[in-house]
Amino acid sequence: MKKYFIPLLAVTTAMFAYAPIMIANAPFEASMGLVSKIFYFHVPSWFAMFTAVFICGIQSAMFLFKGKPTADRIAVSAAEVAVLFGLMGLVTGPLWGRKSWGIWWPWDARVTIALILELTFIAYLLVRKFGGPGSEKLAAALAIFGMFNVPFLYMSVNIWRTIHPKTSVVPALPTGMPGPFWFSVAAYLLLMTLLIQLRLQLEERRAALDALYLEEE
Amino acid sequence: MLKSLLFSAALALQPPPQTEFVPANSLPPSEQLPSAPLLVAAYTFVWLAAMFYLWTIWKRLGKVDADIRTLQQRRGSGGGR
Repeated sequence: MKKYFIPLLAVTTAMFAYAPIMIANAPFEASMGLVSKIFYFHVPSWFAMFTAVFICGIQSAMFLFKGKPTADRIAVSAAEVAVLFGLMGLVTGPLWGRKSWGIWWPWDARVTIALILELTFIAYLLVRKFGGPGSEKLAAALAIFGMFNVPFLYMSVNIWRTIHPKTSVVPALPTGMPGPFWFSVAAYLLLMTLLIQLRLQLEERRAALDALYLEEE
Repeated sequence: MLKSLLFSAALALQPPPQTEFVPANSLPPSEQLPSAPLLVAAYTFVWLAAMFYLWTIWKRLGKVDADIRTLQQRRGSGGGR
């Protein structure tokens, strides 16, 4: 993965530089107008968050059941990145909602579950930081719980009455919108991969430092 | 009697009730919320958050590398226990 880091960084930078041009040229959603363009970076940030959450959850399960330390390092890296993308979604959503719905935060099923998911992964990081020895196993269990929250969050708009549009909106985007949207999704997923990779390097350096301390004792 | 007179006078003074919602885009411009600042704020936040996170990783990497160097120097000079 490390040998692909620089080419991936170049591609991601180019995509993020070109994305605003694509978004600017994309058509407006008829009823919402200009503010609907938040869609092109609000929804992709959730895609990136869900992917990071799944990476964290699966790696946490591998750490818990197989005891692989590398899996734990990937899990903590993905958890931090998941919190970052979740924060992007939680901030850009209200900015869109204020104009489209007239309220910042509707407290419907989707935003409430999204907030719970974000808080779960903040709790994961706090448990790891302040939980003392053995806290990584407790945190891993929390990550698995968080991962199972994602399908509920995704399907919430179809199950409960909510102000959010249903999941059928994205597959049925009108002409001109799918291109910039999927381009943004790809750019966000690449950024997520790069950030996890970079954060993983930090975890590996920390493991090397711990090994040096142990050797010294 | 007086009570019913006052009640009918109060009813007569009331504005006619609304029968439907007024679409937000047909409000006068002064009543409408501008879209551009919200869009710019959302885009700026995404960039700032990503840049801030990158900066925190870079800072933490620097600290760990400095600790590794210190430890290696200490071992090199025979300061280890």
